[in-house]
Amino acid sequence: MIEVEHLSKSFGDNHVLKDINFTFEPEKVNLIIGQSGSGKSVLTKCMVGLHQPDEGEVRFNGRAMDKISNQERTEVRKEIGMLFQASALFDSLTVQENVMFPLQMFTKMSKEEMLDRVNFCLKRVNLENVNHLYPSETSGGMQKRIGIARAIAMNPRYLFCDEPNSGLDPNTAIVIDNLIHEITHEFGMTSVVITHDMNSVMEIGENIIFLYNGQLWWKGSKEDILATDNPEINAFVYASKFMKSIKEVHKKGI
Amino acid sequence: MLLCRRIRAKMVLLSGLKKCRLLRLFHHIGEYFLMVIGVFSKPEKLRIYLQRTVVEIDKIGISSLGIVALMSLFMGAVIALQTASNIESPLIPSYTVGFTTRQSVILEFSPTIICLILAGKVGSNIASELGTMRISEQIDALDIMGINSRAYLIAPKILGSIFIFPFLIVISMFLGIFGGYLVCALTGIIAPPDFVEGILLDFRMFHVVYALIKTVLFAFIITSVSSYHGYHTRGGAIAVGRSSTMAVVYSSILILIVNYIVTQILLI
Repeated sequence: MIEVEHLSKSFGDNHVLKDINFTFEPEKVNLIIGQSGSGKSVLTKCMVGLHQPDEGEVRFNGRAMDKISNQERTEVRKEIGMLFQASALFDSLTVQENVMFPLQMFTKMSKEEMLDRVNFCLKRVNLENVNHLYPSETSGGMQKRIGIARAIAMNPRYLFCDEPNSGLDPNTAIVIDNLIHEITHEFGMTSVVITHDMNSVMEIGENIIFLYNGQLWWKGSKEDILATDNPEINAFVYASKFMKSIKEVHKKGI
Repeated sequence: MLLCRRIRAKMVLLSGLKKCRLLRLFHHIGEYFLMVIGVFSKPEKLRIYLQRTVVEIDKIGISSLGIVALMSLFMGAVIALQTASNIESPLIPSYTVGFTTRQSVILEFSPTIICLILAGKVGSNIASELGTMRISEQIDALDIMGINSRAYLIAPKILGSIFIFPFLIVISMFLGIFGGYLVCALTGIIAPPDFVEGILLDFRMFHVVYALIKTVLFAFIITSVSSYHGYHTRGGAIAVGRSSTMAVVYSSILILIVNYIVTQILLI
């Protein structure tokens, strides 16, 4: 479980996050949605400890990140896997070395055990025979999947995905969405996905929070989002013609 | 660590006051020292850090051997030529050319000029590598994994350069003096035995030690300053280029300042 309480963050005079409160339950895909500049990425960076909040706290299973020792914080971080928007794979390492990297740093596994784990993770994200390729030799969709494989290598309790579908075609985006959904339930993780993509919201959004101007504006499920009357969220959700047509269908009860 | 956090909080306050150049300078100095403290914290896995240090020795040192050799050979030759061409008085013995070449190469050319060249080659390489890692979120990925990214990325570079630079400089000394000898042998400006006599005249081992002390300090400056600029890159491709330029400029300025201070302390 991830709990965020009274979280605020400013950069100079720019108040990016204002008194944010929510709880993300385990074994659920939790979505953070909102317009560009609404504070989604800053919120995630505060949650994973890349930014220090000005006020409030983030708790991972009751452990407040700012109140624990450095060693405990490192232990919490080992339980976090993250998929970055641009994958953030180490370009000087092969795919195999990328996925093996956290295992080499934090476990006492033998080389064979690590290779087994790497192959398991790559197979889980439907990648085979790519072990010796470099990230630059793989496609965008493959890089996302390698990123997920690296994120789950240490068997994390929390999985953060920063816009996992950006730059991907609709088919590959759905593959990535489904993969995140499957592994969340398969490994009992708490997943947090930042997205703009309404397809993703409708596909995997079990628990959704909507940020607006740095404030937590709305929370609910993918079913609730279609029924809400909140004007800001409606403007966001039904921005495209396609979504507007869905709304019409929904209203008519077809 | 608590003290570090408090200092960092003050630094953040100071960084807000961007209008004051002096405060910004103090901010950068403070950040630099905090980075250096962070670099030398306990490694997660010593074996991996040692492996990375060996890789950095190859990347920083061995790959620079070519340019160091070429520069040293030609600069030694030019020093010998210029000294010979400027000695017109018959009262000055011809072995002076060998003596001057040796002193110039050992005291100043090899440790300082070669390190300035390495500041350009190695410094820009380090800053652009770390800058690119920063803007592509690879450093964030390390931090989220629970790895001390400063120690993992920067410590092997600093240790590797401190280890390999003295070897490069000793090679540079030999090749610089050999370049002078070669020009004497090929052009006949002075007899090679006279040049050798000059090389051996009043040789003090302390001068080599002094040069190596400077080299170690310069190695630390080049890698740590360049790493600082690369690690703290913010923005995109233009910021990486800017970091790379800043790394070379600040490393070179600091090398010149430290060169003066060390010379004042050790030789005067």
